[in-house]
Order: sequence, then C-alpha cells, then structure tokens
Amino acid sequence: MSTPWAAVLLVGLGTVVIKAAGVLLLSGSSSRVRSAARFEHLAPAVLAALVVTASLSDGSRLVLDERSAGLAAAAAVLARRGPLFLAVGTAALVTALLRQL
Amino acid sequence: MDVAAPASGERVLDGSVAAIPVAALVAVFGASFGVLARTSGFPLLGAVAMSATTFAGSAQFAAVSILAEGGGLAAAVVAAVLLNARYGPIGLSVAPYLPGAWLRRVLASQLVVDESWAIASRTDGSVSPQRLIGAGLAVYLGWVGGTALGAAAGNALADPAALGLDAAFPALFLGLLAPRVREPRARRAAAAGALIALVLVPFTPPGVPVIAAAAGAVLGQRR
Repeated sequence: MSTPWAAVLLVGLGTVVIKAAGVLLLSGSSSRVRSAARFEHLAPAVLAALVVTASLSDGSRLVLDERSAGLAAAAAVLARRGPLFLAVGTAALVTALLRQL
Repeated sequence: MDVAAPASGERVLDGSVAAIPVAALVAVFGASFGVLARTSGFPLLGAVAMSATTFAGSAQFAAVSILAEGGGLAAAVVAAVLLNARYGPIGLSVAPYLPGAWLRRVLASQLVVDESWAIASRTDGSVSPQRLIGAGLAVYLGWVGGTALGAAAGNALADPAALGLDAAFPALFLGLLAPRVREPRARRAAAAGALIALVLVPFTPPGVPVIAAAAGAVLGQRR
C-alpha cells in the first residue's frame, strides 16, 4: 500500500475510534444529569484553548502575527454584541489587509 | 447564533441552518486541504476519502504536511491522533444524549467536530442531538465537498492565508465562546482553558494544550 493510502487508513481509523469512544463506553441511558454536571465547563475551556492555539501559536511556538490582530478586531465586534459572521469576516479582512502591507 | 436553545421542539434542520456560515467557511478550508493533499502526492480519491472518514481539519492538515516534509507515516499518524484526542472527552460528554441503536449512535458520534459540538451544546453542559446531527451534516458536506473541489481544481484556487481565512477560525471559536462567558463560573473555566493552552504551547506537541484544557475543565468540575 502506498504511504498516502496508509495515512488515509490509519488516521481515519484512529479518529473514528476516538470519536466513537464515548458511545462505546457510555450507553444512551447513562445519567444525563450527572454527565451534564461533569461536562458543564468543557465547552468554554476547550473553545478558549482553541482560540489560543489557532491564533497565537505556530506549531510549538507562541507568536503574535496578523492573525492575532484579526482576532483582536473580531473580539471588538463581539464585545459590541455584533453578529458572528461580522466578527469572522472582520478577522479575515484585517488579517488579509495587514499581510498586504 | 443561539447556543442555549430550548430542549423541546428542536429540529435537525435548525442545527443545519445555524451551521450554514460555518459550513461555508469549512468548505473553503476543505478546498485548501484538497490542494495541499494533491501537491503532497495524495490521489484525488485518497484526499476525499481522508476528509470523509477522518472529518477533522487540523489533524488532516498536520498529517499531510508531515508526510509532504518527509516526516514519515508514524509521525503523521501520531500527530493526527494527538490533535484529535480532544474528541475523547467531547465524545464522552455527547454520548448520553445520542438516541437509538448502537450503529446509529456510532454514526452520529462521527459528526462531532468542534463547530457542530459548540452549536449543539447548551450552557448547562447538556447536548441537543438534533442540533448536533443537523450542524454536523452541514459541516460534513462543506468539508468533503470542499476537499473534492480543491483536489480536482488544484492550484487554480486562491491561497486561504492571503484572504486572511486562517484568522477566521479563532474568530469563529471566540464567537461560539462569547455567549457562554456571561456566567462567572464559565468565564473562569474559559480563562483557565486559555491559560493552560498558552503555558503548554511552547513545551508540548500540537494537540496536547487543548486536551490538557479539556482535562482541567472536567477534573476541576469534580471538586
């Protein structure tokens, strides 16, 4: 098997198993109340960590670059209760313009 | 985008509609993944097959980039698995809400990506399976369709970085986070998650900072 196809197979298999692990370990009738209480803070923590890794890191380095400025602009839109698509568009526009400089 | 929709009367279509802007953005990135995969020696069908089975952008970009730089199959697979490790705890949080028989629940679990999960999860920690499936299907169509277009069209497409689109994802995650942090405890969890990621980025391989933030949120909860 060629290396690309081996990667397709192994990465696919690994990801399918990771994503299915919850279903394989927990039945549909397991306690939803307990589950919700336990994972109440998962979404804010993971989303905040993703913001950091997607805007301030380049591999294993911390960087401040055009993306960081774009994110700051998006934060300003969101702080004024602007809609999500406007925040995302602003981040892309600011980043693209700064890269043209 | 409302993240705290009521529990009753939710429809799959609501999740899809909520995910349309996200799916459009994901499609553009799917196209750039298709281009990268082709220039890295993947056949068209291989690129599409990876998007259809793995369905996790950052892990796919990492695996293909490592192979293109001559990093070897093992390094590519390990990097992808690390980047996807966060779907372990995320999958655990979703599993109790997925209805139906075993196979149906496994299929639904494959539609979990950061974006569909954020659209489907409510502020109390519970998950709407309808919104998850609706949003997941929309994002899946965008990702796989975009990959096919990019892999077929090749370098005729614009560079996403030149359009600033790589800055769109942190902004998207911030936008999905914003409505949740009005509550003080959620705000503390977000701050802790960001801090953990910030501290770990220079010292750990990509993927570890996010899984550590997830572990911190779950372990901190049980005190």
